Amino acid sequence: MKILVCVSKVPDTTAKIAFSNPTTYDESGVTFIINPYDEWYALVRALEIKESIGGTVVVASVGGADYEPIIRKALAIGADEGVRIDAPENDSFSVATEIATYAKAQSFDLILCGKETIQYNGGVVPGFIAEMLDLPYVAGASKLEVNGTAVKLEREIATGIEVFESTLPMVVSAAKGMAEQRIPNMRGIMAARTKPLATVPSCGASANTSVLQFNMPPAKSGCKMIAPEDAASLIQLLHEEAKVI
Amino acid sequence: MKILVFVENNNGKATKAGLEAVSYAKSLASDVTALMIGSVDDDGGVGECGATSLKVQAGDCDSKAIANIIAQEARDGAYSIIVASQDNLGKEVMPRVAVMNQCSLISGVTALAKTEGGVVVQRNVFSGKALAEVSSSSTATILTVLPNSFGVKKVGGTANVSTLNISNADSKVKLIEVKGNHAEAGIPLPEADLVVSAGRGMKGPENWGPVEELASILGAATACSRPVSDIGWRPHHEHVGQTGIAIRPNLYIAIGISGAIQHLAGVNGSKVIVVINKDPEAPFFKAADYGIVGDAFEVLPKLIDAAKTFNANK
Repeated sequence: MKILVCVSKVPDTTAKIAFSNPTTYDESGVTFIINPYDEWYALVRALEIKESIGGTVVVASVGGADYEPIIRKALAIGADEGVRIDAPENDSFSVATEIATYAKAQSFDLILCGKETIQYNGGVVPGFIAEMLDLPYVAGASKLEVNGTAVKLEREIATGIEVFESTLPMVVSAAKGMAEQRIPNMRGIMAARTKPLATVPSCGASANTSVLQFNMPPAKSGCKMIAPEDAASLIQLLHEEAKVI
Repeated sequence: MKILVFVENNNGKATKAGLEAVSYAKSLASDVTALMIGSVDDDGGVGECGATSLKVQAGDCDSKAIANIIAQEARDGAYSIIVASQDNLGKEVMPRVAVMNQCSLISGVTALAKTEGGVVVQRNVFSGKALAEVSSSSTATILTVLPNSFGVKKVGGTANVSTLNISNADSKVKLIEVKGNHAEAGIPLPEADLVVSAGRGMKGPENWGPVEELASILGAATACSRPVSDIGWRPHHEHVGQTGIAIRPNLYIAIGISGAIQHLAGVNGSKVIVVINKDPEAPFFKAADYGIVGDAFEVLPKLIDAAKTFNANK
Protein backbone atom coordinates (compact mmCIF):
# COMPACT_ATOMS: atom_id res chain seq x y z
CA MET A 1 0.00 0.00 0.00
CA LYS A 2 1.58 3.26 -1.15
CA ILE A 3 -0.10 6.36 0.24
CA LEU A 4 0.54 9.98 -0.73
CA VAL A 5 -0.46 12.67 1.76
CA CYS A 6 -0.45 16.24 0.43
CA VAL A 7 0.41 18.81 3.09
CA SER A 8 0.31 22.56 3.00
CA LYS A 9 2.04 25.19 5.14
CA VAL A 10 -0.35 27.68 6.80
CA PRO A 11 -0.14 30.37 9.49
CA ASP A 12 -0.91 29.10 13.02
CA THR A 13 -4.65 29.28 13.80
CA THR A 14 -4.03 32.14 16.25
CA ALA A 15 -1.71 34.13 13.93
CA LYS A 16 -2.54 37.75 13.27
CA ILE A 17 -3.75 38.38 9.74
CA ALA A 18 -2.22 41.49 8.13
CA PHE A 19 -0.87 42.43 4.71
CA SER A 20 2.42 44.18 4.01
CA ASN A 21 1.14 45.26 0.59
CA PRO A 22 -2.17 44.61 -1.21
CA THR A 23 -1.13 41.15 -2.43
CA THR A 24 1.32 39.97 0.25
CA TYR A 25 0.52 38.37 3.58
CA ASP A 26 2.69 39.86 6.34
CA GLU A 27 4.63 36.87 7.70
CA SER A 28 6.59 38.80 10.32
CA GLY A 29 6.34 37.09 13.69
CA VAL A 30 4.03 34.40 12.31
CA THR A 31 4.52 30.73 13.23
CA PHE A 32 3.71 28.32 10.42
CA ILE A 33 2.13 24.91 10.93
CA ILE A 34 0.96 21.99 8.82
CA ASN A 35 -2.59 22.72 7.67
CA PRO A 36 -4.68 21.07 10.45
CA TYR A 37 -6.93 19.10 8.06
CA ASP A 38 -3.82 17.70 6.33
CA GLU A 39 -2.05 16.83 9.59
CA TRP A 40 -4.74 15.77 12.07
CA TYR A 41 -6.93 13.84 9.68
CA ALA A 42 -5.25 12.96 6.34
CA LEU A 43 -1.74 12.18 7.65
CA VAL A 44 -2.82 10.38 10.82
CA ARG A 45 -5.36 8.23 8.95
CA ALA A 46 -2.67 7.34 6.38
CA LEU A 47 -0.38 6.24 9.24
CA GLU A 48 -3.17 4.18 10.82
CA ILE A 49 -3.81 2.38 7.52
CA LYS A 50 -0.09 1.71 7.11
CA GLU A 51 0.14 0.40 10.68
CA SER A 52 -2.73 -2.00 10.12
CA ILE A 53 -1.93 -3.35 6.64
CA GLY A 54 1.66 -2.23 5.92
CA GLY A 55 2.99 0.09 3.25
CA THR A 56 4.66 3.44 2.77
CA VAL A 57 3.43 6.94 3.57
CA VAL A 58 4.93 9.73 1.44
CA VAL A 59 4.19 13.38 2.27
CA ALA A 60 4.42 15.89 -0.55
CA SER A 61 4.29 19.67 -0.55
CA VAL A 62 4.55 22.31 -3.24
CA GLY A 63 6.69 25.24 -2.12
CA GLY A 64 10.10 26.73 -1.44
CA ALA A 65 12.83 25.72 1.03
CA ASP A 66 10.79 27.32 3.85
CA TYR A 67 8.53 24.27 3.53
CA GLU A 68 11.14 21.85 4.83
CA PRO A 69 10.37 22.25 8.58
CA ILE A 70 6.73 21.43 7.78
CA ILE A 71 7.71 18.27 5.91
CA ARG A 72 10.14 17.28 8.73
CA LYS A 73 7.29 17.63 11.23
CA ALA A 74 5.17 15.26 9.10
CA LEU A 75 8.11 12.82 9.11
CA ALA A 76 8.36 13.17 12.91
CA ILE A 77 4.69 12.28 13.23
CA GLY A 78 5.44 9.10 11.29
CA ALA A 79 5.55 9.55 7.51
CA ASP A 80 8.31 7.53 5.82
CA GLU A 81 9.44 9.89 3.07
CA GLY A 82 9.09 13.58 2.28
CA VAL A 83 8.97 15.21 -1.11
CA ARG A 84 9.16 18.94 -1.78
CA ILE A 85 8.13 19.95 -5.25
CA ASP A 86 10.17 23.08 -5.82
CA ALA A 87 7.53 25.38 -7.29
CA PRO A 88 5.73 28.51 -6.12
CA GLU A 89 2.20 28.07 -4.74
CA ASN A 90 0.61 30.30 -7.35
CA ASP A 91 -2.96 29.02 -7.17
CA SER A 92 -4.92 25.81 -6.52
CA PHE A 93 -4.69 24.76 -10.15
CA SER A 94 -0.91 25.12 -10.41
CA VAL A 95 -0.35 23.34 -7.07
CA ALA A 96 -2.61 20.46 -8.16
CA THR A 97 -0.85 20.24 -11.53
CA GLU A 98 2.54 19.96 -9.78
CA ILE A 99 1.30 17.22 -7.44
CA ALA A 100 -0.52 15.29 -10.18
CA THR A 101 2.55 15.40 -12.43
CA TYR A 102 4.73 14.03 -9.60
CA ALA A 103 2.15 11.41 -8.52
CA LYS A 104 1.48 10.13 -12.05
CA ALA A 105 4.90 8.45 -12.26
CA GLN A 106 4.65 6.99 -8.73
CA SER A 107 1.41 4.96 -8.93
CA PHE A 108 0.07 5.65 -5.44
CA ASP A 109 -2.82 3.50 -4.24
CA LEU A 110 -4.35 6.28 -2.19
CA ILE A 111 -3.92 10.06 -2.29
CA LEU A 112 -5.10 11.83 0.86
CA CYS A 113 -5.52 15.60 1.33
CA GLY A 114 -7.18 17.79 3.97
CA LYS A 115 -10.60 19.07 2.91
CA GLU A 116 -9.23 22.63 2.52
CA THR A 117 -6.43 24.83 3.85
CA ILE A 118 -7.25 27.28 6.64
CA GLN A 119 -5.36 29.90 4.62
CA TYR A 120 -6.95 29.92 1.16
CA ASN A 121 -10.04 27.80 2.01
CA GLY A 122 -10.30 26.72 -1.63
CA GLY A 123 -10.99 23.02 -1.13
CA VAL A 124 -10.43 22.20 -4.82
CA VAL A 125 -6.85 20.88 -5.05
CA PRO A 126 -7.87 17.22 -4.41
CA GLY A 127 -10.64 17.46 -7.05
CA PHE A 128 -8.17 18.80 -9.61
CA ILE A 129 -5.71 16.00 -8.79
CA ALA A 130 -8.47 13.37 -9.10
CA GLU A 131 -9.43 14.58 -12.57
CA MET A 132 -5.85 15.03 -13.77
CA LEU A 133 -5.11 11.42 -12.78
CA ASP A 134 -8.58 10.15 -13.76
CA LEU A 135 -9.27 8.71 -10.29
CA PRO A 136 -12.42 8.40 -8.19
CA TYR A 137 -12.72 11.07 -5.47
CA VAL A 138 -14.76 11.68 -2.32
CA ALA A 139 -14.60 15.13 -0.70
CA GLY A 140 -14.79 15.81 3.03
CA ALA A 141 -14.83 12.20 4.26
CA SER A 142 -15.12 11.64 8.02
CA LYS A 143 -14.29 7.91 7.88
CA LEU A 144 -12.11 5.83 5.57
CA GLU A 145 -11.70 2.05 5.66
CA VAL A 146 -9.55 0.10 3.17
CA ASN A 147 -10.04 -3.62 2.57
CA GLY A 148 -7.91 -4.93 -0.30
CA THR A 149 -8.78 -2.55 -3.12
CA ALA A 150 -12.28 -1.88 -1.74
CA VAL A 151 -12.80 1.44 0.04
CA LYS A 152 -15.66 2.37 2.34
CA LEU A 153 -16.14 6.02 3.24
CA GLU A 154 -18.49 8.06 5.36
CA ARG A 155 -19.28 11.74 5.14
CA GLU A 156 -21.20 13.81 7.67
CA ILE A 157 -23.88 15.94 6.06
CA ALA A 158 -26.51 18.17 7.61
CA THR A 159 -29.13 15.45 7.63
CA GLY A 160 -27.08 12.36 8.54
CA ILE A 161 -24.13 10.32 7.35
CA GLU A 162 -23.58 9.33 3.72
CA VAL A 163 -21.86 5.97 3.15
CA PHE A 164 -19.89 5.48 -0.09
CA GLU A 165 -18.07 2.57 -1.67
CA SER A 166 -15.28 2.90 -4.20
CA THR A 167 -12.06 1.21 -5.25
CA LEU A 168 -8.36 1.99 -5.12
CA PRO A 169 -6.57 3.86 -6.50
CA MET A 170 -8.51 6.95 -5.44
CA VAL A 171 -8.31 10.46 -3.98
CA VAL A 172 -9.96 11.34 -0.64
CA SER A 173 -10.13 14.67 1.18
CA ALA A 174 -10.34 14.40 4.94
CA ALA A 175 -12.63 16.21 7.41
CA LYS A 176 -13.05 16.04 11.18
CA GLY A 177 -13.73 12.55 12.47
CA MET A 178 -11.33 10.64 10.22
CA ALA A 179 -8.57 10.45 12.87
CA GLU A 180 -7.26 12.10 16.03
CA GLN A 181 -4.27 14.45 16.17
CA ARG A 182 -0.93 12.83 17.10
CA ILE A 183 1.82 14.71 18.89
CA PRO A 184 5.29 13.69 17.64
CA ASN A 185 7.44 12.10 20.37
CA MET A 186 11.21 12.50 20.83
CA ARG A 187 11.96 9.24 19.02
CA GLY A 188 9.90 10.42 16.03
CA ILE A 189 11.63 13.79 15.99
CA MET A 190 15.08 12.13 16.07
CA ALA A 191 14.10 9.61 13.36
CA ALA A 192 12.76 12.39 11.15
CA ARG A 193 16.24 13.91 10.84
CA THR A 194 17.51 10.93 8.86
CA LYS A 195 14.38 10.13 6.83
CA PRO A 196 14.62 10.96 3.12
CA LEU A 197 13.40 14.39 2.04
CA ALA A 198 13.72 14.70 -1.73
CA THR A 199 13.41 17.87 -3.78
CA VAL A 200 11.61 17.37 -7.08
CA PRO A 201 11.87 20.02 -9.83
CA SER A 202 8.76 21.93 -10.85
CA CYS A 203 6.93 20.85 -14.00
CA GLY A 204 6.39 24.53 -14.68
CA ALA A 205 2.63 24.49 -14.05
CA SER A 206 0.92 27.80 -14.73
CA ALA A 207 -1.82 29.40 -12.69
CA ASN A 208 -5.15 30.48 -14.17
CA THR A 209 -6.34 32.66 -11.30
CA SER A 210 -4.56 35.38 -9.35
CA VAL A 211 -5.18 37.42 -6.22
CA LEU A 212 -5.44 41.10 -7.18
CA GLN A 213 -5.82 42.37 -3.66
CA PHE A 214 -6.35 41.24 -0.07
CA ASN A 215 -8.74 43.22 2.12
CA MET A 216 -9.71 43.09 5.77
CA PRO A 217 -13.42 42.45 6.40
CA PRO A 218 -15.42 45.58 7.31
CA ALA A 219 -15.03 46.25 11.04
CA LYS A 220 -18.01 45.73 13.32
CA SER A 221 -19.53 49.06 14.29
CA GLY A 222 -19.30 48.07 17.96
CA CYS A 223 -21.24 45.92 20.31
CA LYS A 224 -24.48 47.29 21.75
CA MET A 225 -24.63 46.20 25.39
CA ILE A 226 -27.92 45.29 27.02
CA ALA A 227 -28.29 44.99 30.79
CA PRO A 228 -29.15 41.44 31.86
CA GLU A 229 -32.38 42.57 33.52
CA ASP A 230 -33.46 44.09 30.17
CA ALA A 231 -32.65 40.87 28.25
CA ALA A 232 -36.21 40.80 26.91
CA SER A 233 -35.53 43.98 24.92
CA LEU A 234 -33.02 42.03 22.80
CA ILE A 235 -35.86 40.27 20.98
CA GLN A 236 -37.39 43.64 19.98
CA LEU A 237 -33.97 44.96 18.86
CA LEU A 238 -33.41 41.86 16.73
CA HIS A 239 -36.77 42.43 15.10
CA GLU A 240 -36.91 46.22 14.72
CA GLU A 241 -33.27 47.27 14.45
CA ALA A 242 -31.30 44.26 13.15
CA LYS A 243 -34.34 42.91 11.23
CA VAL A 244 -33.20 39.32 11.52
CA ILE A 245 -36.31 37.87 13.18
CA MET B 1 -23.69 36.52 -21.49
CA LYS B 2 -24.96 32.96 -20.90
CA ILE B 3 -24.58 31.26 -17.53
CA LEU B 4 -24.96 27.56 -16.72
CA VAL B 5 -25.81 26.61 -13.12
CA PHE B 6 -25.37 23.12 -11.71
CA VAL B 7 -28.16 22.55 -9.19
CA GLU B 8 -28.19 19.62 -6.79
CA ASN B 9 -31.38 17.54 -6.77
CA ASN B 10 -33.07 16.55 -3.51
CA ASN B 11 -36.02 14.22 -4.25
CA GLY B 12 -37.10 16.08 -7.39
CA LYS B 13 -36.49 19.59 -6.10
CA ALA B 14 -33.51 21.93 -6.15
CA THR B 15 -31.60 22.14 -2.86
CA LYS B 16 -31.50 25.50 -1.07
CA ALA B 17 -27.79 25.81 -1.97
CA GLY B 18 -28.69 25.06 -5.60
CA LEU B 19 -31.36 27.78 -5.65
CA GLU B 20 -28.85 30.19 -4.12
CA ALA B 21 -26.51 29.43 -7.04
CA VAL B 22 -29.37 30.14 -9.49
CA SER B 23 -30.14 33.46 -7.73
CA TYR B 24 -26.44 34.35 -7.90
CA ALA B 25 -26.34 33.64 -11.65
CA LYS B 26 -29.55 35.61 -12.25
CA SER B 27 -27.97 38.66 -10.60
CA LEU B 28 -25.11 38.43 -13.12
CA ALA B 29 -27.05 37.82 -16.34
CA SER B 30 -30.58 37.32 -17.64
CA ASP B 31 -29.86 34.17 -19.67
CA VAL B 32 -29.56 31.47 -17.00
CA THR B 33 -29.72 27.74 -17.75
CA ALA B 34 -29.94 25.29 -14.85
CA LEU B 35 -28.75 21.69 -15.07
CA MET B 36 -30.02 18.93 -12.77
CA ILE B 37 -29.41 15.18 -12.57
CA GLY B 38 -32.04 12.52 -11.88
CA SER B 39 -35.81 12.82 -11.81
CA VAL B 40 -37.09 16.40 -11.36
CA ASP B 41 -40.63 17.58 -10.47
CA ASP B 42 -41.68 20.21 -13.06
CA ASP B 43 -38.79 22.69 -13.14
CA GLY B 44 -37.52 21.72 -9.69
CA GLY B 45 -38.11 25.28 -8.45
CA VAL B 46 -35.28 26.84 -10.48
CA GLY B 47 -37.65 28.98 -12.63
CA GLU B 48 -38.89 30.86 -9.60
CA CYS B 49 -35.29 31.95 -8.91
CA GLY B 50 -34.79 33.15 -12.46
CA ALA B 51 -33.55 30.21 -14.56
CA THR B 52 -35.01 30.52 -18.06
CA SER B 53 -34.34 26.91 -18.95
CA LEU B 54 -33.61 23.65 -17.18
CA LYS B 55 -31.73 20.74 -18.69
CA VAL B 56 -32.20 17.39 -16.99
CA GLN B 57 -30.18 14.23 -17.37
CA ALA B 58 -31.90 11.16 -15.91
CA GLY B 59 -30.18 8.47 -13.87
CA ASP B 60 -27.73 8.18 -10.97
CA CYS B 61 -24.32 9.73 -11.53
CA ASP B 62 -21.14 10.05 -9.50
CA SER B 63 -19.11 13.28 -9.53
CA LYS B 64 -17.10 12.17 -12.56
CA ALA B 65 -20.24 11.51 -14.61
CA ILE B 66 -21.88 14.78 -13.51
CA ALA B 67 -18.71 16.68 -14.44
CA ASN B 68 -18.72 15.01 -17.85
CA ILE B 69 -22.35 16.07 -18.43
CA ILE B 70 -21.64 19.68 -17.44
CA ALA B 71 -18.44 19.78 -19.49
CA GLN B 72 -20.25 18.45 -22.58
CA GLU B 73 -23.09 20.95 -22.17
CA ALA B 74 -20.60 23.82 -21.72
CA ARG B 75 -18.13 22.78 -24.41
CA ASP B 76 -16.83 25.19 -27.05
CA GLY B 77 -17.48 28.17 -24.82
CA ALA B 78 -21.27 27.72 -24.85
CA TYR B 79 -21.41 29.51 -21.49
CA SER B 80 -19.09 32.27 -20.26
CA ILE B 81 -19.67 31.39 -16.60
CA ILE B 82 -20.62 28.18 -14.83
CA VAL B 83 -21.98 28.50 -11.28
CA ALA B 84 -22.43 25.86 -8.56
CA SER B 85 -22.59 25.73 -4.77
CA GLN B 86 -19.36 25.25 -2.80
CA ASP B 87 -20.83 22.21 -1.02
CA ASN B 88 -19.47 18.65 -1.02
CA LEU B 89 -20.85 17.83 -4.45
CA GLY B 90 -19.70 21.16 -5.89
CA LYS B 91 -16.19 20.50 -4.55
CA GLU B 92 -16.17 17.07 -6.22
CA VAL B 93 -17.67 18.07 -9.55
CA MET B 94 -16.42 21.54 -10.47
CA PRO B 95 -12.63 20.95 -10.34
CA ARG B 96 -13.21 18.07 -12.78
CA VAL B 97 -15.19 20.34 -15.11
CA ALA B 98 -12.41 22.93 -14.94
CA VAL B 99 -9.81 20.35 -16.00
CA MET B 100 -12.04 18.83 -18.71
CA ASN B 101 -12.88 22.17 -20.34
CA GLN B 102 -9.63 23.99 -19.49
CA CYS B 103 -11.39 26.80 -17.70
CA SER B 104 -10.43 28.41 -14.41
CA LEU B 105 -12.24 27.83 -11.13
CA ILE B 106 -12.68 30.35 -8.33
CA SER B 107 -14.16 28.51 -5.35
CA GLY B 108 -16.16 29.76 -2.39
CA VAL B 109 -17.05 33.22 -3.72
CA THR B 110 -18.95 35.51 -1.34
CA ALA B 111 -20.01 38.43 -3.53
CA LEU B 112 -21.23 39.08 -7.05
CA ALA B 113 -18.53 38.89 -9.72
CA LYS B 114 -17.53 41.78 -11.94
CA THR B 115 -17.70 40.34 -15.43
CA GLU B 116 -16.64 43.17 -17.75
CA GLY B 117 -13.19 42.62 -19.23
CA GLY B 118 -12.57 39.36 -17.34
CA VAL B 119 -14.04 37.92 -14.16
CA VAL B 120 -13.03 39.46 -10.81
CA VAL B 121 -14.72 38.24 -7.64
CA GLN B 122 -14.36 38.36 -3.86
CA ARG B 123 -13.85 35.27 -1.74
CA ASN B 124 -13.05 34.57 1.91
CA VAL B 125 -9.48 33.70 2.84
CA PHE B 126 -7.79 32.96 6.19
CA SER B 127 -11.04 31.31 7.38
CA GLY B 128 -13.02 34.52 6.95
CA LYS B 129 -10.45 36.72 8.71
CA ALA B 130 -9.67 38.43 5.38
CA LEU B 131 -11.08 38.78 1.87
CA ALA B 132 -9.36 38.42 -1.48
CA GLU B 133 -10.26 39.82 -4.88
CA VAL B 134 -9.42 37.09 -7.37
CA SER B 135 -9.29 37.30 -11.15
CA SER B 136 -9.58 34.57 -13.75
CA SER B 137 -7.42 34.42 -16.86
CA SER B 138 -9.44 31.95 -18.96
CA THR B 139 -12.28 32.73 -21.37
CA ALA B 140 -14.80 30.66 -19.37
CA THR B 141 -14.81 30.72 -15.57
CA ILE B 142 -16.39 28.47 -12.97
CA LEU B 143 -17.58 30.11 -9.74
CA THR B 144 -18.70 28.15 -6.68
CA VAL B 145 -20.77 30.13 -4.19
CA LEU B 146 -20.13 29.77 -0.45
CA PRO B 147 -23.48 28.59 1.00
CA ASN B 148 -25.56 31.32 2.72
CA SER B 149 -23.40 34.15 1.41
CA PHE B 150 -25.87 35.36 -1.19
CA GLY B 151 -29.28 33.99 -0.28
CA VAL B 152 -32.18 32.65 -2.34
CA LYS B 153 -34.00 35.43 -4.23
CA LYS B 154 -37.33 34.53 -5.79
CA VAL B 155 -38.12 36.55 -8.90
CA GLY B 156 -41.00 34.43 -10.24
CA GLY B 157 -41.21 32.47 -13.47
CA THR B 158 -40.90 28.98 -14.86
CA ALA B 159 -38.04 27.36 -16.72
CA ASN B 160 -38.42 25.52 -20.04
CA VAL B 161 -37.48 21.94 -19.31
CA SER B 162 -35.57 19.80 -21.80
CA THR B 163 -33.67 16.54 -21.42
CA LEU B 164 -30.03 15.72 -21.98
CA ASN B 165 -28.80 12.31 -23.02
CA ILE B 166 -25.05 12.26 -22.51
CA SER B 167 -23.43 8.84 -22.21
CA ASN B 168 -21.22 8.14 -19.22
CA ALA B 169 -18.88 5.46 -17.98
CA ASP B 170 -20.02 3.41 -14.97
CA SER B 171 -19.83 5.22 -11.64
CA LYS B 172 -16.74 4.40 -9.60
CA VAL B 173 -18.08 5.97 -6.40
CA LYS B 174 -21.40 4.59 -5.17
CA LEU B 175 -23.57 6.10 -2.45
CA ILE B 176 -24.85 3.00 -0.70
CA GLU B 177 -26.84 4.47 2.18
CA VAL B 178 -27.61 7.58 4.22
CA LYS B 179 -27.52 6.71 7.91
CA GLY B 180 -29.41 8.41 10.69
CA ASN B 181 -31.12 11.70 10.45
CA HIS B 182 -29.66 14.57 12.44
CA ALA B 183 -32.38 16.86 11.15
CA GLU B 184 -35.31 14.90 12.55
CA ALA B 185 -35.32 17.07 15.64
CA GLY B 186 -34.67 20.39 13.95
CA ILE B 187 -33.26 22.45 11.12
CA PRO B 188 -30.03 21.40 9.34
CA LEU B 189 -27.32 23.69 10.70
CA PRO B 190 -25.60 24.72 7.44
CA GLU B 191 -28.93 25.85 5.96
CA ALA B 192 -30.29 27.60 9.05
CA ASP B 193 -30.99 31.34 8.93
CA LEU B 194 -31.04 31.55 12.73
CA VAL B 195 -28.71 29.64 15.06
CA VAL B 196 -28.65 29.40 18.87
CA SER B 197 -25.31 28.08 20.09
CA ALA B 198 -23.92 27.33 23.54
CA GLY B 199 -20.62 26.40 25.12
CA ARG B 200 -18.94 25.35 28.33
CA GLY B 201 -20.70 28.14 30.21
CA MET B 202 -23.77 25.87 30.28
CA LYS B 203 -21.88 23.71 32.84
CA GLY B 204 -23.33 20.37 31.72
CA PRO B 205 -25.37 18.60 29.03
CA GLU B 206 -28.38 18.45 31.36
CA ASN B 207 -28.68 22.25 31.16
CA TRP B 208 -29.34 22.45 27.39
CA GLY B 209 -33.14 22.54 27.81
CA PRO B 210 -33.47 26.37 27.71
CA VAL B 211 -31.03 26.58 24.73
CA GLU B 212 -33.16 24.14 22.76
CA GLU B 213 -36.35 25.86 23.87
CA LEU B 214 -35.16 29.30 22.71
CA ALA B 215 -34.04 27.77 19.38
CA SER B 216 -37.36 26.07 18.88
CA ILE B 217 -39.38 29.25 19.60
CA LEU B 218 -37.26 31.29 17.19
CA GLY B 219 -37.24 28.52 14.56
CA ALA B 220 -33.47 28.31 14.90
CA ALA B 221 -30.98 25.45 14.64
CA THR B 222 -28.79 24.55 17.64
CA ALA B 223 -24.98 24.55 17.57
CA CYS B 224 -22.11 24.32 20.05
CA SER B 225 -18.43 25.09 20.58
CA ARG B 226 -15.62 22.58 20.15
CA PRO B 227 -14.95 21.77 23.84
CA VAL B 228 -18.60 20.89 24.30
CA SER B 229 -18.63 18.44 21.37
CA ASP B 230 -15.21 17.03 22.35
CA ILE B 231 -16.38 16.12 25.87
CA GLY B 232 -19.57 14.64 24.45
CA TRP B 233 -22.14 17.07 25.86
CA ARG B 234 -23.39 17.67 22.33
CA PRO B 235 -23.06 15.70 19.05
CA HIS B 236 -20.11 16.44 16.71
CA HIS B 237 -22.32 17.64 13.87
CA GLU B 238 -23.30 20.65 16.03
CA HIS B 239 -19.68 21.81 16.39
CA VAL B 240 -19.10 25.10 14.58
CA GLY B 241 -15.62 26.57 14.24
CA GLN B 242 -12.46 26.32 12.24
CA THR B 243 -12.27 22.54 12.46
CA GLY B 244 -16.00 21.89 12.64
CA ILE B 245 -18.41 23.44 10.21
CA ALA B 246 -18.45 27.06 9.11
CA ILE B 247 -21.86 28.72 9.05
CA ARG B 248 -23.16 32.07 7.82
CA PRO B 249 -26.63 32.54 9.32
CA ASN B 250 -28.50 35.84 9.57
CA LEU B 251 -28.44 35.59 13.36
CA TYR B 252 -26.00 33.74 15.60
CA ILE B 253 -26.70 33.76 19.35
CA ALA B 254 -23.71 32.50 21.38
CA ILE B 255 -24.39 31.59 25.00
CA GLY B 256 -21.53 30.81 27.38
CA ILE B 257 -18.94 30.73 24.55
CA SER B 258 -15.83 32.84 25.16
CA GLY B 259 -15.08 33.32 21.46
CA ALA B 260 -11.68 31.73 20.82
CA ILE B 261 -10.30 32.72 17.42
CA GLN B 262 -10.90 29.18 16.10
CA HIS B 263 -14.58 29.44 17.02
CA LEU B 264 -14.90 32.89 15.44
CA ALA B 265 -13.46 31.53 12.18
CA GLY B 266 -16.53 29.32 11.86
CA VAL B 267 -19.13 32.00 12.56
CA ASN B 268 -17.64 35.32 11.46
CA GLY B 269 -19.75 35.25 8.30
CA SER B 270 -22.93 35.62 10.42
CA LYS B 271 -24.80 38.84 9.69
CA VAL B 272 -25.75 39.59 13.31
CA ILE B 273 -23.99 38.11 16.34
CA VAL B 274 -25.42 38.17 19.88
CA VAL B 275 -23.12 37.19 22.75
CA ILE B 276 -24.35 36.26 26.21
CA ASN B 277 -21.53 35.65 28.68
CA LYS B 278 -21.02 36.33 32.37
CA ASP B 279 -17.39 37.35 31.73
CA PRO B 280 -17.31 40.97 30.45
CA GLU B 281 -13.77 40.32 29.17
CA ALA B 282 -14.85 37.44 26.88
CA PRO B 283 -13.21 38.11 23.49
CA PHE B 284 -16.44 37.25 21.69
CA PHE B 285 -17.93 40.66 22.64
CA LYS B 286 -15.43 42.30 20.24
CA ALA B 287 -17.02 40.40 17.34
CA ALA B 288 -20.60 40.89 18.55
CA ASP B 289 -23.37 43.26 17.47
CA TYR B 290 -25.35 42.83 20.69
CA GLY B 291 -24.00 41.71 24.04
CA ILE B 292 -25.41 40.81 27.43
CA VAL B 293 -23.05 40.37 30.38
CA GLY B 294 -24.95 38.03 32.64
CA ASP B 295 -25.61 34.53 33.85
CA ALA B 296 -27.09 32.37 31.08
CA PHE B 297 -29.44 30.72 33.57
CA GLU B 298 -30.98 34.10 34.42
CA VAL B 299 -30.89 35.62 30.91
CA LEU B 300 -32.28 32.65 28.98
CA PRO B 301 -35.69 32.49 30.73
CA LYS B 302 -36.17 36.22 30.01
CA LEU B 303 -35.32 35.70 26.34
CA ILE B 304 -37.61 32.67 26.11
CA ASP B 305 -40.55 34.65 27.58
CA ALA B 306 -39.88 37.62 25.28
CA ALA B 307 -39.60 35.35 22.23
CA LYS B 308 -42.91 33.67 23.12
CA THR B 309 -44.61 37.07 23.43
CA PHE B 310 -43.03 38.18 20.15
CA ASN B 311 -44.34 35.07 18.37
CA ALA B 312 -47.81 35.54 19.85
CA ASN B 313 -48.00 39.14 18.53
CA LYS B 314 -46.51 38.39 15.11
